[in-house]
Amino acid sequence: MKALYFAWVRERIGKTDEHISPPEGVATVSDLIDWLSDQGEGYAAAFENKKTIRAAIDHAHVKHDASIATAREIAFFPPMTGG
Amino acid sequence: MSLSAEPIIRVQKEIFDAGEEAAKLTQGRTDIGAVVTFTGLCRDEGGTLAALEIEHYPGMAEAEIARVAVDAAARWTLASLLVIHRYGLIAPGEPIVLVITASAHRGAAFDAASFLMDYLKTRAPFWKKQHARSGTDVEIGSAWVGAKQEDDAAAEKWGR
Repeated sequence: MKALYFAWVRERIGKTDEHISPPEGVATVSDLIDWLSDQGEGYAAAFENKKTIRAAIDHAHVKHDASIATAREIAFFPPMTGG
Repeated sequence: MSLSAEPIIRVQKEIFDAGEEAAKLTQGRTDIGAVVTFTGLCRDEGGTLAALEIEHYPGMAEAEIARVAVDAAARWTLASLLVIHRYGLIAPGEPIVLVITASAHRGAAFDAASFLMDYLKTRAPFWKKQHARSGTDVEIGSAWVGAKQEDDAAAEKWGR
């Protein structure tokens, strides 16, 4: 699946997007955040305060307990500050 | 509750003219009794801000604004609805966001515009970064704007 990162999540990880292949057993957004956190220092820094991280699957907001089974695109970002 | 015209949603880099957009929206319509136009502008934060940089999630930004528009149309009877949100570098004094709601009567137009702004702030995938002016007391050259609890509270007051 494709992962996208925005704002300071993007800056800490150091890339805008990438293709990821999480192992079996990574079933939810929460699992995916934990798995990504172990992929390097930037990832650990981006996800250090897990509760503040928002996620979207295929352009729609999801909670951390959402399944990633059918996700084509998953995005991680801080709380939004538009308007 | 309903919306008698397709909502107009634009996510763009370019500046917009609120008056022109409102005029276009109501042109040729005789069923509209009230138009509410809200424009969000970039403040200079007491002279410390050089520019705002707005990042967005292309595709989702439009989709999320469309979902908020559908919510608004389910709650109020609206004649038309327009949302423009800019991204990229925005200088103090420039407009950032435009919400226009038109209805037969003012109540629906006022409430729907307020609802749209409250929801856009907490749900539309945009992030503001402040670029400080050199020579000011701001320590960091640029910093992400933090989400405000009062914005969450403003959105929550509408319930679901």
